[in-house]
Amino acid sequence: MATATTPQAAGIIGAAVPRIDGPVKTTGTALYAVDHDFPGLAHAVAVQSTVGSGRIRKLDASAAEQMPGVLLIFHHGNMEKVYRLFPHQDDATTSEARPPFEDDKIYYWGQYVALVVAETLEQATAAAEAVRAEYDAETPNVSADLETGFTGQRHSSWKRGDPDKALAEAPVVIDETYITPVETHNPMEMHGTVAVWDGDNVTLYESSQGVVNHRIVMAEVLGVPRENVRVISRFIGSGFGGKLFPWPQSTMAAVAARKLNRPVKLSLDRRMMFSNVGHRPLTEQRIRLGATADGRLTAVRHDFLNHTSMLDDIVERCGEQTPFIYSCPNLEVSSGLARRNVGTPTPMRGPGAVPGLFALESAMDELAVKLKMDPLELRIKNDAERDEGTNLPFSSRHLKECFTTGAEKIGWKQRTPEPGSMRRNGKVIGWGLAGASWGAARIPCTATVELCPNGRICVRCATQDIGTGTYTVFAQVMHAKTGVPMDRIDVLLGDSSLPDGPTSGGSMATSAVLPAATNAVNSAITRLMNIATLTQNSPFYGAKPETLTLIDGRIHMKEPEQAGVRRMALTSDDAPAVRPPAGGIPFEELISLARLSGITATGRTFPSFEDPKAKAYSLHSFGAHIAEVEWEPDIARLRVSRIFSIFDCGRIINLKAGANQILGAAVMGVGMTLLEETRYEKRTGQPINGSFADYLVATCADLPELDVTFLDYPDLIVNEYGARGVGEIGMAGVAPAITAAVYHATGIRVRELPVRIEDLLQSKIVEV
Amino acid sequence: MQTFNYVKPASIDKALAAANGGKFIAGGTTLVDLMKLSVEQPTGLVDINLLPLDKIETLPTGGLRIGAMVRNSDLAWHPEVQKSYAVLSQALLSGASPQLRNMATTGGNLLQRTRCAYFREPNAGTPGGYGCDKRTPGTGCAALEGYNRTHAVLGTSEHCIATHPSDMCVAMAALEAVIHAEGPKGKRTIAFADFHKLPGNTPHIENALEPGELVTYVDLPKPIEGSRSVYLKLRDRASYEFALASAAVLAKVEGGHIRYVRVAMGGVGTKPWRSHEAEAALMGKTADAAQFRKAAEAALAGAKPHNDNAFKVELAKRCVVRALKMATS
Repeated sequence: MATATTPQAAGIIGAAVPRIDGPVKTTGTALYAVDHDFPGLAHAVAVQSTVGSGRIRKLDASAAEQMPGVLLIFHHGNMEKVYRLFPHQDDATTSEARPPFEDDKIYYWGQYVALVVAETLEQATAAAEAVRAEYDAETPNVSADLETGFTGQRHSSWKRGDPDKALAEAPVVIDETYITPVETHNPMEMHGTVAVWDGDNVTLYESSQGVVNHRIVMAEVLGVPRENVRVISRFIGSGFGGKLFPWPQSTMAAVAARKLNRPVKLSLDRRMMFSNVGHRPLTEQRIRLGATADGRLTAVRHDFLNHTSMLDDIVERCGEQTPFIYSCPNLEVSSGLARRNVGTPTPMRGPGAVPGLFALESAMDELAVKLKMDPLELRIKNDAERDEGTNLPFSSRHLKECFTTGAEKIGWKQRTPEPGSMRRNGKVIGWGLAGASWGAARIPCTATVELCPNGRICVRCATQDIGTGTYTVFAQVMHAKTGVPMDRIDVLLGDSSLPDGPTSGGSMATSAVLPAATNAVNSAITRLMNIATLTQNSPFYGAKPETLTLIDGRIHMKEPEQAGVRRMALTSDDAPAVRPPAGGIPFEELISLARLSGITATGRTFPSFEDPKAKAYSLHSFGAHIAEVEWEPDIARLRVSRIFSIFDCGRIINLKAGANQILGAAVMGVGMTLLEETRYEKRTGQPINGSFADYLVATCADLPELDVTFLDYPDLIVNEYGARGVGEIGMAGVAPAITAAVYHATGIRVRELPVRIEDLLQSKIVEV
Repeated sequence: MQTFNYVKPASIDKALAAANGGKFIAGGTTLVDLMKLSVEQPTGLVDINLLPLDKIETLPTGGLRIGAMVRNSDLAWHPEVQKSYAVLSQALLSGASPQLRNMATTGGNLLQRTRCAYFREPNAGTPGGYGCDKRTPGTGCAALEGYNRTHAVLGTSEHCIATHPSDMCVAMAALEAVIHAEGPKGKRTIAFADFHKLPGNTPHIENALEPGELVTYVDLPKPIEGSRSVYLKLRDRASYEFALASAAVLAKVEGGHIRYVRVAMGGVGTKPWRSHEAEAALMGKTADAAQFRKAAEAALAGAKPHNDNAFKVELAKRCVVRALKMATS
């Protein structure tokens, strides 16, 4: 619902528009996945392995089977047949390739070893506790040291020039290794599935970032035609990447429901979030920078490893931004995978870029210190004018302006470079900055728009709103093009039976849905105008459609005098002309006159990867964070006090939702930098801090003052609105900006996240 | 979770009579949590929320009597507590979250159990599970060689290094509170210092209560005239985290010299850690940074760190020094 201050009509694009789904969410009436209930619904609870590696020697479910209300217990000995997806050789993507209960092997702690289904959740929970598993356990490999003993393959990419020679010849060299720990996605809504079969058709209520992908995966896993599977995710309590691809619980619920011929509900608990549904993998990144004495980069090497599971090969693309964020003639990126007994990693907000830029931008800060050069000046000096990785021009790049705008805002000129040299209110303060980048693309999307006889507009698309404002983007486009008030626009998303829409990932949903929604509504308006001029009892009968226009949902003649022209064009057979009313007529009146059930049109988004024009450019967003920390040396207390975030993400479609993305990402970045780390117990492989009390995320009390600025340069190569995307990029660059500020305040360079009190106690900066 | 009996008596006598091997439940913020993890498996729960123990009264001696059922929030915001026992108010408000403080009670917080991740694991102390002498004597202590960043450095034994998690108790240790208990054998009082037990060879015995005994009141002595008190809590994040180190300090300074001082520490001990060593080092001395540091060194002299928590020793010292500064400035 738009407020009185929200600009109307075309002005709504780019305005700060409240979410149209806000009221149902804040009043608790929005139904999330496991809120769905059905007659005869049975409850499932999963049993997890308590060892991190080995084999199930014996699984005894006999006592559990006899417990009250128990309907079914699945395990490797009796699991129904389900199928695999072959990685990268399919239309869809899954997470953990191994189907649940495929065999008796244990690959990681917490792996599902059984599923108990009972009449009530309490009965299922009690019976799950009574399932007895015995293991031939081996010591799991959960070592956080990836480099030592690494025997896997290293893949080189983006090589240009001769980086090793350039490093050997460089007057100034930085050679450091940076480590980011395992971080666990912790959206408020946990993963869960309600599976309902009707004959050979199944409906899955899910918390999914991609209902279309989910449908394809589940059709293949269950061995049924795609059209038999429907996936519904109307509301999602956020995903952060963890819900991009299906996890085994979806299969388990669907198979149990099919076996029992009853609806089955299966929800993870918070502990399982740490073991069974992905994480950002551990990364170990060696960065080598060579530079001239005056601070020009001559060489960059970015060699990284990340851990992955025993089951899947997941590369965290830490080097994705390295080839183009700065200018440098000699460069190479290499990657490698180290297998560990952990669950399968999965993308987490800003995958690759977030850990990768922590390493690269930290090294840049270290280079600035070594050069005795202002870190801002070092960035500006090495700014790239074209993408030197792909050798293409940027469609729109304003990284330099992000840095200089941020510097202006915080008053960077006042910064004194010596660690511990700046004080305020009895505390030491430190300032640091770092850049960010993230790719843009226009991915395929289909949407339909229906002009309804009740005066409403209904737009349909099988994408979903993961909390980012996708519902509202659709409504904005409809309002902008038709003038129909926001409260008469219905947006239907989150249902795979709707026209195929994009997965909400990679910050590509908005740029994908805008063209499809626009094309659909434009087509619907064209049809409306055609019908207005072709319908005999229409006041516009016989006019040229292009002389008509839609204002506030009403059909008008563009110029009043053209009404006369219209009459002259009529033939004698025509009914007596009806003079169009001065205020036009509501579109629904015409639909009624023409005796139609509505006017529907479909719009598609033509993908950028098939567009020769878009392919001639490097499509990326850019940004910069400037962080301030406050440091109380005598009690080793460090808090982030301010973050200025300046972003170049194309044109922002909804200022409110866009700023919200950057704010949330900055908060997540604070957590990543100072708090978050999933610790695996070395003897069992268990994520030993798998709770909200023990795995620390930033609380409201930890929040700095946050200041978001969008440069708002439209990128018309990406789409006609000039919008790129804004979800992922905000988290990139937060950590290196904060750790640079930490160095500036404390003199301590933290290369392994999170920054701990343990590190800071070593500071030589004395009491204020 | 096991099936259990549940009763909700309206009087102390009836509650005591109903105890019968079960557990008393007040706010339930620890007990229900641990029941869900199968760590606590009581056969019966005696709900004491109807008992008339929810008052805060001034004692004729000038002290304060706190009913065992007084909620943490009510205690923290009580005008007399804020005025005369600031350390207690500050400690309570530094703990947990508003929602938890609205439920948690004074008596319950005395019995708050450790956050040791190994202790909290459902299968700890069972075959195939983590060793935990607190859960099942004789099964060892998985934390000794495990991840022990948050564990204790004072009062540990080879059987247990679990940290006592309460903030409230640290303040009460410094305030020298007195605990009233009532049980099958009648009423008695227990000095705060005697209430919590060191783990030693019996980490499963955490306090002085006898089976079936109920905490009824906590008495705070009359405030020391001219003293100031402060609670300082250090942790990774700004809210909703247990202390890595905390300090409760009561001090009275006259003519630049310390005439009265009580020091207790949290986050570092297996029980709320009163430091007589620090107090002895401070009594009669000048209230300055050098003396504070000496006292902090004395307080941590017996510290025994493990793999991941050595930093707590230095952090606790800095915490004590800062708290002393705040209480004497």
